[in-house]
Amino acid sequence: MKLIDAMRRGRQGYLMSAPALALYLGLLVIPLGLTLVLSFNVFDYSSGINGDAYTFEHYTSLLGDPYFYEIFLRTFWISALTTLLCVLIGVPEAYILSRMGAPWRSIFLILILTPLLISVVVRAFGWSLLLGADGLVNQALQAFGGAPVKLLYTPFAVVIALVHVMLPFMIIPVWTSLQKLDPAAEQAALSLGASQFTVIRKVVLPQIMPGVLSGTLIVFGLAASSFAIPGLLGGRRLKMVATLIYDQYLSELNWPMGAAIAVALLLLNLLIMLSWNRMIEGRYKKSLG
Amino acid sequence: MAFLQLEGLGKRYGDIDAVVATHLSVEKGEFVSLLGPSGCGKTTTLQMIAGFVEVSSGRILLDGRDITHAKPASRGLGVVFQSYALFPHMTVKDNVAFGLRMRKVANAELLQRVDRVLKLVRLDRHADRYPRELSGGQRQRVALARALVIEPPVLLLDEPLSNLDANLREEMQFEIRRIQREVGITTLMVTHDQSEALSISDRVVVMQAGRITQIDAPYTLYEHPRTEFISGFVGKANLLAGRRDSAGMVQACSPAEGELTLSLRPEKIDLCEVGSGRLQGTLTSRFFLGSQWLYGVSTRLGELCVVRRNDGSAPLVEGTAVGLDWDPALLRVLSADEVPA
Repeated sequence: MKLIDAMRRGRQGYLMSAPALALYLGLLVIPLGLTLVLSFNVFDYSSGINGDAYTFEHYTSLLGDPYFYEIFLRTFWISALTTLLCVLIGVPEAYILSRMGAPWRSIFLILILTPLLISVVVRAFGWSLLLGADGLVNQALQAFGGAPVKLLYTPFAVVIALVHVMLPFMIIPVWTSLQKLDPAAEQAALSLGASQFTVIRKVVLPQIMPGVLSGTLIVFGLAASSFAIPGLLGGRRLKMVATLIYDQYLSELNWPMGAAIAVALLLLNLLIMLSWNRMIEGRYKKSLG
Repeated sequence: MAFLQLEGLGKRYGDIDAVVATHLSVEKGEFVSLLGPSGCGKTTTLQMIAGFVEVSSGRILLDGRDITHAKPASRGLGVVFQSYALFPHMTVKDNVAFGLRMRKVANAELLQRVDRVLKLVRLDRHADRYPRELSGGQRQRVALARALVIEPPVLLLDEPLSNLDANLREEMQFEIRRIQREVGITTLMVTHDQSEALSISDRVVVMQAGRITQIDAPYTLYEHPRTEFISGFVGKANLLAGRRDSAGMVQACSPAEGELTLSLRPEKIDLCEVGSGRLQGTLTSRFFLGSQWLYGVSTRLGELCVVRRNDGSAPLVEGTAVGLDWDPALLRVLSADEVPA
């Protein structure tokens, strides 16, 4: 213990955390700083980026153009809807999982986690095969005499694929907080006259709110910055912020504009997640310590 | 007709009988303990009464009403769990009020009843705390208050004191008994601690391998254990071989001549001068228990355990030769264990 204390206080502590610090600086802080600087650089379509001149032009055009508003707004409602659906599906799923018997619980938990082993791109392609104009769903519809429906390149396709990809990130934190529950507390509530539904609403749910909160933060953050799924299932027409940034960098070659949008996405994401965290935690902090 | 009646109550888990055809009658206002080693089926029995475990056979009658298959909520029994099972996200007051809210009791009456029961368990000053801010004993009181406030016909206590340290456990034993007397509630307590069962119950039910092996008042149980197992499980006991003499009196004898198994409590043996008494022996061990000394004495009948009150005089040392004496009327004949322990 003495050694650890000495290391914590002394120079050795810094020395030992240096590799992690270097990784953090090199892979996160420096690129972020560069992006921030880049977003203020002057860009001209004929001469490219001027690294010596600075301007607020990209931010003002971001603020002044309803086209950007629409994409930001779409990104956030799709992410919010994804988060909501993940809560509605993930929380009951985690609860049922926690009530399962010995062999089945592990089997289903692994089943829930295995999709994480498959690349998001592969899964997105899978959904596009299902939802495409002549995909499995439309073929089935036509076989039963229905008219084909446009599914791919709609918010529907993006949301359904996002929910599929994000669900484990909701289930795992909820599952973890369910593990801490005393099963006798549910029995106590039952013996005091509560119905099964009341037990879940008044006893289980309030106790797993920290897990639900972490889940919503992870899912919302990942969904709002997701790229592969909107790129493959939203296509050219249904743009989200991440695909917009990609276009700015690689089609328009307007790197400073792309950087400005990226910074704006980061800030907005941060703002939404922090205020959400504050709102929920404020309500449950006092009671859950 | 008894207030709470178990008629041939049984529970099977697959091939294993956890509880076998149990009959038990509990009178109104009585405090009954289910005592037994772990795995004897006492908790399963309690859980069947509470409604958390499906009954395999037999019936449970409460005040003449068959509640064998009723839902826990409709039984309206008060249950105190080993882990207390408090709702960690609610204050003491809200924990206690939970059952009343479920019964849609009007707010004014609710507050009054919560207040009254918190006073009863002496926690009225902690009403706005959260369970995590309370000590083990206080949590125990909250659990008790929460079960009592709904004025249940029967209070079920599942190992209520096993999570408390020794001093607090003793204090809470008396506290539980005081509250039980004050409210006059019919109580069934599960415990594996014989001293707990003896000190606060009106009657003790000894369970072994899913069966009830003896039901008696604490004093009778201690003085007249039926079997070898019970004599060893409830208090300490010296097991001696014995036979009946010509007058029909039971006497201790060497294992070779014995046809009976006898039990002799350690505190019923007197230490006397060498050469006097019924038996001679040598002190081989001693343990100081504060109010008493626990001596091990080696004799021709085997190793005997003797308890002496610590009367302030110098204790005996190992190696001392002593005489032992007892009143033969205090020898108890045990029957063989009918269930495998």
